[in-house]
Amino acid sequence: MTTKKLNIQEFLDQDQKKDLLRLLTAGSVDDGKSTLIGRLMADSKMLYEDQLEALHRDSKRIGHAGEEIDYALLLDGLKAEREQGITIDVAYRYFSTAKRKFIIADTPGHEQYTRNMITGGSTANLAIILIDARHGVITQTKRHTYLANLLGIKHIVVAINKMDLADYKQERFEEIKADYKAFVTQLDIPDVNFIPLSALKGDNVVEKGDNMDWYHGPCLLEFLENVHVSSDRNFDDLRFPVQYVLRPDIKFRGFSTSVASGIIKKGDEVMVLPSMKKSKVEKIVTYEGELDYAFPPQSVTVTLEDEIDISRGDMLVHPDNLPRVERQFEAMLVWMDETDMNLSTQFYIKQANNNTKARIDEIKYKVDVNTLEKSNIEKFKLNEIGRVVITTTKPLFFDPYKKNKQTGSFILIDPVTHNTCAVGMIIDKLGSNSLPSRITDVDKAKIAKGEPLVKAEEYIQKYNQKGETIWITGLHGSGKNELAFSLEKKLFDNGATVVLIDGSSVRSGLSRELDFSPADRAENLRRVAHICKMLNDQGIITIASYISRNESLREQVAEIIGKDRFHMFYMDADLDYCKNNKPELYKLVEEGKTTGLPGADLEYEAPTNAKLVFKPEQNEENLDAILDYLAQNKVFPNH
Amino acid sequence: MDNYSLTNLRELEAEAIHIIREVAAEFENPVMLYSIGKDSSVMVRLAEKAFYPGKVPFPLMHIDSKWKFQEMIDFRDTYAKEKGWDLIVHHNKEGFESGVGPFTHGSKVHTDIMKTQALLGGLNKYKFDAAFGGARRDEEKSRAKERIFSFRDKFHQWDPKNQRPELWNIYNSRVQKGESIRVFPISNWTELDIWQYIRLENIPIVPLYYAKERPVVNMDGSLILVDDERMPKELRDKAEMRKVRFRTLGCYPLTGAIESEADTIEKIVEEMMTVTVSERTTRVIDFDQEASMEQKKREGYF
Repeated sequence: MTTKKLNIQEFLDQDQKKDLLRLLTAGSVDDGKSTLIGRLMADSKMLYEDQLEALHRDSKRIGHAGEEIDYALLLDGLKAEREQGITIDVAYRYFSTAKRKFIIADTPGHEQYTRNMITGGSTANLAIILIDARHGVITQTKRHTYLANLLGIKHIVVAINKMDLADYKQERFEEIKADYKAFVTQLDIPDVNFIPLSALKGDNVVEKGDNMDWYHGPCLLEFLENVHVSSDRNFDDLRFPVQYVLRPDIKFRGFSTSVASGIIKKGDEVMVLPSMKKSKVEKIVTYEGELDYAFPPQSVTVTLEDEIDISRGDMLVHPDNLPRVERQFEAMLVWMDETDMNLSTQFYIKQANNNTKARIDEIKYKVDVNTLEKSNIEKFKLNEIGRVVITTTKPLFFDPYKKNKQTGSFILIDPVTHNTCAVGMIIDKLGSNSLPSRITDVDKAKIAKGEPLVKAEEYIQKYNQKGETIWITGLHGSGKNELAFSLEKKLFDNGATVVLIDGSSVRSGLSRELDFSPADRAENLRRVAHICKMLNDQGIITIASYISRNESLREQVAEIIGKDRFHMFYMDADLDYCKNNKPELYKLVEEGKTTGLPGADLEYEAPTNAKLVFKPEQNEENLDAILDYLAQNKVFPNH
Repeated sequence: MDNYSLTNLRELEAEAIHIIREVAAEFENPVMLYSIGKDSSVMVRLAEKAFYPGKVPFPLMHIDSKWKFQEMIDFRDTYAKEKGWDLIVHHNKEGFESGVGPFTHGSKVHTDIMKTQALLGGLNKYKFDAAFGGARRDEEKSRAKERIFSFRDKFHQWDPKNQRPELWNIYNSRVQKGESIRVFPISNWTELDIWQYIRLENIPIVPLYYAKERPVVNMDGSLILVDDERMPKELRDKAEMRKVRFRTLGCYPLTGAIESEADTIEKIVEEMMTVTVSERTTRVIDFDQEASMEQKKREGYF
């Protein structure tokens, strides 16, 4: 408590330094939620007296609290619901103390209003979950906790209310606490706190009172004033999703947004997605003057040293820390529309200042928010939550929601009604599936079910070889194709059963809708890898020569094919050799007519773990080296 | 490490700038409604910040009920000129010509014709698809439930039961032809935040907010300023000089003054922290009927 009386100047100077805590309150009509909020606001002396007066007047007419002040009436704004005595939408409340300003999103507890709790909680740092001490942990408590967890709220206060009706007994408090703990361990909430209180009587809300001497923790307000939330933001991964291109005159070209995550510094090297072009941060401009750095959620404007074509929806990132750039992802989806989901709808999707279209490919399961049980459904209805696979028309730049709320969240908009019909949180899903995989899991399931009738050993005997993959990586023009073709001929002549997965055939047929963007290149590789896998499964040796420009792509390919039958060779030609050998594409890049060519405008990461490394000039030696290698490893011949 | 944190005001500022830029990026024809009041002054400053070093890329529109305080009009014209704003001033011509005013028609009719209808007329005339307003959620109970992007149908109506879900800072800007969005970038600001910001940023405000000796008439308990000759003579004759100021600004016959000594921002805040009357109670229109603001919002008034 402040002892010194401040003069107004000091008060304002101090007030100006306060930070902001956004919190969500969840509980049912009967848990006394509105009473709790009303008391927090009233007792922290931020209610003006005339509002209090009006309250006294209204309480007599429609109040539900007998002769005491009905704090709930203060909160339930809309006329219709005032008569019904329930809160039906999210309402925002504001109050401050000497330490902090608070914004409360007051949301209802009824099942049909999951939508509103999700809406109210999306920006919250903290959730207060109310439990009626008489009833303990009930279905609804679990539901609210699950939703808070889904929204990535890191701090939870379990307010065990109506302790006055449980004779202020510690045993009751401990019992409820234990029940809740048993449930919450299934979830992933780092900070859970328990406070026994009576909102009606005021115990442990703003002042401790003397009814619960056995409780030694902070009262609710004290806790809210001190909980540390500023480090909950992601300051590690720079994501600067361009919101607005500021071009007041030909001299100034700025890119504005609220920094989604990470720190952007003057002089930083940044990469622009999707073009992958690099430049440096020239200035960080604000109305108050230039900044040396900016952090979330500051809204700033940056200029770059180079003239690069950048539009709304593009993203600036640090080149060594990229988000996922994909057209397909999995997400937890909450259906918010009165109208049921129609699986054939092509929705608008909005994510990180990007607008495009999206389709829901597959509903993996629905989660029952009461039991956390999963079940299969055909489509979503209002307030249903589940895991889906989504494909978008153009690639999005995103991170898993758990790591980054700003780039991991999206909304779906109905193309006809324009209602926000669903909201989603992208799931962290790595491994071979992190390649764009339109049908991977289905594929996998089918393959898993189909028991092969021919055994692997039988193939080996028949072909006298092991069905494995020879993967040649290297720059465009390095001579890896020439090596691949002559290797196929040589193996064939020696009696091997071998298939060359030729890049240009794949491109003109199987992958003909793909372009040469990084995401599409990755998708192309995924398809090639699956072909190799199928042929290898049938005992056939495959040869694939693809640029496959970095370690992570090659890793993923190896994972699909199977690491033990993936043999990577590297055609180590220098760039000049490549440019001489196949100048056309390199020229186009130099003239700015195309982009995304590894080695030219895109980094090519040479492998460190290649089984063999070749120079292009020595084709014959190279072939012999491969044949030796295959024999040694009993790939071909297998004896 | 911990210098990566923002104060309450700077966080609210960043949020508002994000909202304002989003509208400029996603709508074809937005407008910022400018009421000349302190909240509008803050909102305009935020817009200037959002597009600095460029100019605000959309016009401001003032709905002139023709009964505003003269000092408001003078202030508006001075700053519009000084700052080079693209300012539209719109009024309800028919209403004005048929002489509608609060003294003759009462507050309800006047507000409907000269404010609500005038606003709708202005929005229709210029076919704006988004309109910024300076409303705050802490002002009044029904505003506490409104979204930041608040959808309005072809008739500019708000349906409190059918609001679009609004999550994170992702705003749904999709509208059909004729529909529009009202946007409230300072939704999360409180009255104290507004005053703090005005103080911090040195934002000019209409002098009526500061206490001064002014001629006022006590009308049913409200102190009404004698602003011009349109106040009936029998009322004007009752005028007396009192040191008063205004906590909100609107049509002078509908806006009560409070007696006050507060002639600086600091004193205003001090008074606000200790005073017994909250902000909107000096606006006569709110008293018209129970839940009157909600009714007006449904009809298209902010």
